[in-house]
Amino acid sequence: MTVTTLLDRTAGPGSTDLARATRVAEAVTDPEMPMLTLRNLGVLRNVVFDEDGQLVVTITPTYSGCPAMATMRDDLTYRLRQAGFDDVSVRTVLEPAWSSDWITAEGRRKLAEHGMSPPGPATHHTGPVPLTLVMPRRQVICPQCGSDNTELSSEFGATACKALYRCVDCREPFDHVKEI
Amino acid sequence: MTIDGNPAAADPHASVYDGLLGGDESHWAFGTALHDLQSDDPLAGVDTAVARGIDHVALAAYCLMLGDDALIMSQQLSQWCAKAPDLEEDIALSNTALDLLGQARLLLARAAAADPQLVPTLPEGSPVPAEDALAFFRDEVDFRNVRLVEPGNGDFASTMVRLLVFTVWRLAIFERLTDSHDRVLAAVAAKGVKEMTYHRDYAARWVVTLAQGTDESHRRTVAALTGWWPLLDELFETHPVERAMADSHVGVDPSGLRAECEAVLDAVLAASRLEHPDASSMTGSGGRAGTHTDAMGPLLAELQSVARAHPMGLW
Repeated sequence: MTVTTLLDRTAGPGSTDLARATRVAEAVTDPEMPMLTLRNLGVLRNVVFDEDGQLVVTITPTYSGCPAMATMRDDLTYRLRQAGFDDVSVRTVLEPAWSSDWITAEGRRKLAEHGMSPPGPATHHTGPVPLTLVMPRRQVICPQCGSDNTELSSEFGATACKALYRCVDCREPFDHVKEI
Repeated sequence: MTIDGNPAAADPHASVYDGLLGGDESHWAFGTALHDLQSDDPLAGVDTAVARGIDHVALAAYCLMLGDDALIMSQQLSQWCAKAPDLEEDIALSNTALDLLGQARLLLARAAAADPQLVPTLPEGSPVPAEDALAFFRDEVDFRNVRLVEPGNGDFASTMVRLLVFTVWRLAIFERLTDSHDRVLAAVAAKGVKEMTYHRDYAARWVVTLAQGTDESHRRTVAALTGWWPLLDELFETHPVERAMADSHVGVDPSGLRAECEAVLDAVLAASRLEHPDASSMTGSGGRAGTHTDAMGPLLAELQSVARAHPMGLW
């Protein structure tokens, strides 16, 4: 599922305003990975005018403890007010839970350009989550030199959504956005 | 804003660092000019109406139990920040603490929305949100966490063994809660399952590593298992609130999880070549009823003292 399919772009009264508000909201960047917009990240779920004319923007957290949510809400409100939308409500939606699969193709390209390895496909469990005692093996390509000779340093990185890798060939450490 | 000369001369709020920000005022949005009332609410905009047929008082009490488990466990793990054996583990433990704190915030906010009477009364005009009032202004007897999360961390092996036991149990609960008839609880659980899958694997790998490492790390791991095991039974005792919530398809009866949890723990012990600990259960009515260990008082004092000293504070 991509944001594009979720964004309400129905024609009708105010559709120009809606298109403009959507563009403004889509351009707001993530506070911790500012090379990505909230749309690239799959955090922006919906932009719509409600029946009272209030602009309602819906976002979803990547992780439960994501400390950037308040900043995202404030940034969205700030940018939309700057663009002339005074009556803005930014709402949280918790379901369906965010998946790294929602990072768009453009988002993945930007991650790689900025030295971060984009996530592979997330695993979707049916039934109990299996315990994994061996370290996960992912096909991770070094974003610096392109080598696939990389090794996991830690499943936890500088922010909740990243694992820490290093390249055995060029010796550079880098972030890998985790599958979730 | 220029970086030439002294910007403060033109603007009383300016500083010499302003030029570093590239003129983007939104960098200052967080916690300052745009401090919207809803801004920090983790459930801002989420429909928190309690569905027909669900007892809202019991739902709130149940969310408090799960929220308090996460809050106190997070408080414990965060104490490793800047003290872990190396940077990777420091970051891993801080990340885990942050995930659990996020779960605690959502669950305490859900408890407060379901039953506002649960929230401690603060001085009129206090800006403290309900989730913070529950975390910082409740007394020990009103906390509903299990006793497993209360004693101090001990050494790294002890921390990993407790984290393993905790996440094996909590993940089993959360997997079932994804089908909860309370939509908010189901959504919180669905996110939590993804997060705790990483936590459980992390703790389990460390237990195996430490058990098979040096004689000293093996000795400490065995001691940690023996130390934490008496607190295991309580995890599978059913409090009346848990039973009521399980009966109405909102919550989980933990007594039904024992076999599954022990199978996971046994798999880790087998990979670690460790014996099943032989330790008798800790007695008492337990944390779900508000009866806590001696460790709880000092822990809460550290957690709550600053917030309690400033009930009108805005953070």
